[in-house]
Amino acid sequence: MISQVDTRPARGGVGESTYRPDGIPKVDGTYTYSSDLYMDKMLFGVTLRCPHPKATIIKLDIGPAVAMTGVHAVLTAADIPGENLFGLETPDQPILVGDQVEYEGQAVALVAADDPEIARRAVEAIEVEYQVQTPLTDPEAAEETDSVFHRVRCRRGPQDARGAVVVEGYYEVGMQDQAPLGTESGLAVPDGEGGVDLHIATQWTHTDRDQIVAGLGVADEAVRVHHAGVGGAFGAREDVSLQIHLCLLALYTDRPVKMEYSRAESFVGHVHRHPALIWMRHEADPDGTLRRIEAKIILDGGAYRSTSDSVIGNAVYHAAGPYRCDSVAVDGIAVRTNNPPCGAMRGFGAVQACFGHEAQMDKLADALGMDRIDFRIKNAVRQGDPLATSGQIIETSAPVVDLLERVRAMPLPTDLTGEDPRHLPGGTGLTTSLAEVSRGVGYAIGIKNLCFSAGFDDYAEARVVITPFGVEVHTAAVEVGQGLGEVCAQIARTALGIEDVVVFYDDTSQIGSAGSTSASRQTQMTGGAVLEAARMVRELALHRGGGDELDSEGVWRKGRLVTTMEDLLAHGNLEYHTRFHHPPTDQPDENGLGNLHVDWGFAVHRAVVDVDAELGLFRVVQVDTVQDVGYMINPRSVVGQIEGGTVQGIGLATLEEIVVKNGIIQNPTFTDYLLPTFLDAPPINVEVVEEPSAFGPFGAKGVGEPPTVSSTAAVVSAIRDATGLELNRTPVRPEHVALPGSPI
Amino acid sequence: MRVQLTVNGESRSFDTKGSESLLFALREYLRLTGSKGACEQGECGSCSVVLDGNLVCSCLVMAVDAAGSEVLTVEGLGGSELHPVQKALIETGAVQCGFCTPGFVVAAAELLKETLSPSPEDIREELAGNICRCTGYGAILRGIETLVGEA
Amino acid sequence: MEVIHPTDLDEALAALAAHPEAVLLAGGTDLMVEVNFDQIRPEKVILLRRLAELQDVSRQRIGAGVTFRRLESGDHQALAQLARTIGSPQIRAAGTLGGNIGTASPAGDALPFLAGLDAEIELSSKDGTRRVRWDRFFLGVKQTALRPGELITAVILPTDLPDCQEFAKIGQRSAMVISIASACVFRWRDGRTRVAMGSVGPTPIRARQAEEMMSAESNPGPAALQEFARLVSEEVRPISDHRGTADYRRHASGVLARRLLERCLAK
Repeated sequence: MISQVDTRPARGGVGESTYRPDGIPKVDGTYTYSSDLYMDKMLFGVTLRCPHPKATIIKLDIGPAVAMTGVHAVLTAADIPGENLFGLETPDQPILVGDQVEYEGQAVALVAADDPEIARRAVEAIEVEYQVQTPLTDPEAAEETDSVFHRVRCRRGPQDARGAVVVEGYYEVGMQDQAPLGTESGLAVPDGEGGVDLHIATQWTHTDRDQIVAGLGVADEAVRVHHAGVGGAFGAREDVSLQIHLCLLALYTDRPVKMEYSRAESFVGHVHRHPALIWMRHEADPDGTLRRIEAKIILDGGAYRSTSDSVIGNAVYHAAGPYRCDSVAVDGIAVRTNNPPCGAMRGFGAVQACFGHEAQMDKLADALGMDRIDFRIKNAVRQGDPLATSGQIIETSAPVVDLLERVRAMPLPTDLTGEDPRHLPGGTGLTTSLAEVSRGVGYAIGIKNLCFSAGFDDYAEARVVITPFGVEVHTAAVEVGQGLGEVCAQIARTALGIEDVVVFYDDTSQIGSAGSTSASRQTQMTGGAVLEAARMVRELALHRGGGDELDSEGVWRKGRLVTTMEDLLAHGNLEYHTRFHHPPTDQPDENGLGNLHVDWGFAVHRAVVDVDAELGLFRVVQVDTVQDVGYMINPRSVVGQIEGGTVQGIGLATLEEIVVKNGIIQNPTFTDYLLPTFLDAPPINVEVVEEPSAFGPFGAKGVGEPPTVSSTAAVVSAIRDATGLELNRTPVRPEHVALPGSPI
Repeated sequence: MRVQLTVNGESRSFDTKGSESLLFALREYLRLTGSKGACEQGECGSCSVVLDGNLVCSCLVMAVDAAGSEVLTVEGLGGSELHPVQKALIETGAVQCGFCTPGFVVAAAELLKETLSPSPEDIREELAGNICRCTGYGAILRGIETLVGEA
Repeated sequence: MEVIHPTDLDEALAALAAHPEAVLLAGGTDLMVEVNFDQIRPEKVILLRRLAELQDVSRQRIGAGVTFRRLESGDHQALAQLARTIGSPQIRAAGTLGGNIGTASPAGDALPFLAGLDAEIELSSKDGTRRVRWDRFFLGVKQTALRPGELITAVILPTDLPDCQEFAKIGQRSAMVISIASACVFRWRDGRTRVAMGSVGPTPIRARQAEEMMSAESNPGPAALQEFARLVSEEVRPISDHRGTADYRRHASGVLARRLLERCLAK
């Protein structure tokens, strides 16, 4: 149900494409990102990293670095006052390596110096010798030797169900990088009393704080984490990177310390999207009814756990996609190797699952001789159905059929004409003429859980204050660019009938956690908290003012202003602080069943791709997408999320992969880790379905991840359609198309 | 070495320590932090500035080589009012995290100065050196297109 | 770091003679990447960006300081085509032909053009000027015949320019990409054909057997074109790396060369 609000509408409320308050400072260059922070007398921190994926440190002599002029600190594992461990879900990774290195680029020592150049030279001066060992880099070998973080087993329904038509496939997803444009950076400022203020680009200030205080061995209050301007996140900033390092250096030197990773360092400095090996088997009746789904998914978690346990859960529980099926067996294994650690990235396990299940659905439709969309519609989940894996009844809106029908009805692009190379595969490289192009169309639909799942106590705090100068909204939620701040302001405006709203991003000492800016959760969670707090503060105002309506002039009763705002606030501001929880979820039972999720979002993509099959080059011509968004609090921002998320998925389909060989990243630069450019990004036609969610404010659903889940699968499906090739691996490389069957 | 140059119409100077880039000098010595560093190799365009009339990546200009040059950065576009490109990018929602935005603003303003009415494909090609990770470029294209044909 | 800012070519050559170890800085698009990545720390730098003598362009002689942005609209079609594929507009506005030659990367986009035309590289020093043909200049991966004290000042093209010249480059992305393979095909009305390939060997590769075979064909049919492609694929010497496999590069070389020749034949 759409929540009812009684106040007079304030301009700039929910449903309007209002302008974000950070727009002007972002276009004029004055917005302060974490990398722009500056303080007099600040020092610069640099990290010594191990170049080997597996090694024992047999000698570590910091003497030569300590002796250098301008060097103020050289810290090693021995200098960590608290516990030398961190980790988002489980602390398992040393803040600085003591003796055993488990992946390339792991941090060994820290230097703080007067300028970055001196700090870099000091890092080079540290004498370190490694005994190099053979890394474990094959995920299947890791599974066989039980080098495993977590196994998830899901068995639902009769296990002997069979269908007459069977398809089976192996699929692979490469390691994608979030590649936010802003690299990791921050500034730590000691308070002179043993504490520190950290200004940082992050996704979750409170878990940063918790991990920092454990490493420093200090009380929670001693560390205040402030969210500084964030240059994109997409999951890369959910884990700690330089947070603890900065605080260690600042406390040791008693000086402000700034750190900023280079791009190459960023590639080893944060977790990535898990590469996946997937096997799936689907069985259906001749009429197209899905009878049985089996899958095995191996995700390479790399050297440390990060969020691997949750990501493999997500992959397993979304392995069947948004389809009905009452006989399911899915096994998921997150393995431990000496590859780069993997964790959160937009889509969080559902991307990998979708790549598999949508390829299977195409294959199965073809085997049945059915239209691919009709086949999906026949098996689509509807509201009230159980999720095929966990069996949980889908109580939220689930307009899967509507999405599929609408995307099919969207107009296809016209045929290519002319020889403008920018319209052809190969682009301005002039590789391809019109005659060498064949066109393919592919569809994919995805399902993504929204907010935290499986029994996690997911909450967000917010405080709403009515002051003589307008309304203040306080939150510790992180604005990573998606537009959360304006969403919170819009919710407050609508709830209070007051236009003048300012959002304050409080530090960790000023307010409790808002949870992570991830899992598509902040519109529902922090938005939900703001709505709850705003409604309560409105009740306080109506009670104090003796009326039935509130707006910026004051409290009204039966259409007459009875208490002016000045009088209303004569004895102080009105405020309400809340901690908003979403409806509880359960942990899975021994068969992997239960009410694990609180909400889902769905999106469908249709990709049209032109392929030069002889050279294996492609151009994504157009993508059409319809997304289940609940309710659009800010339509412009929703479209922005859908377009941007879709292009990240296109990147994974056609370009983006961290190539790891023997545990070493081969392409840690933007020259060789290729992101889609303006010429690679097609026009994206966006439609939405607004059916209210189970619990989001005004019926809103989180919209950030669903567009990334299915666009990859749709693009690869289109390339298959154009070429007739199986193409079971993403990203698709030219040689996969031009020389099918050649080794990957 | 003392480097004297004109930045956004003002005479400025700084001392270099060595071979640092113009981007570094703008950000660290002149505290003009609008230009961003994201790749340090000319692959993202976040540091785009106009150097003596040419759009370049300031990360690939050695600061000492900018001595005597005229440099235009994002801070020099607009003034009491926003530049039309800045306004347009806000209006179409082309700003999310915004880290690429200053580079896009400078590059797009330069493109519109150099090319009278670029086609959508011209805009895509001429701005292909500016990477945006958030928007998927659609809103950026729509924003710039609103300015095409305006004198 | 010492900075030398010559006002003309003579000053630059004198400075280079006095400091042969100095680093030369023109567009900066290669050098500054190494600086930013802390791979080199120059002690002495000679600034070349503003030297007027390196900016001259004529039909037969192209100054080393000419940027790819300028070459995009130049006389030589293949040179204009390849210039358009180099980096981004920002890179093309700074990066120079001389820089591309001096870096001598296997993926240097201008190199197949020089190879296909048997261009000479003009090298100047305080003691004079010499011309070195491309195949005696490019010696290996980032290895050239440039001697200490020498500066690349121009590229000299032959007077007998082809009637058709075509360039193409394969990258995984539509713009701003390092080539996986590139090709230049030149053909004269009398049938003479030349093929030069980039990114498929340590230096640009001329497919001389393919050239010989095709130069004898006045009106090549599909079988001849196929044979031409096969010979090109045989003559390249690619490696596998994270950008592409050797097999793909070999295959793509033949396809590219054949397609470019077809474009010439269609004219």
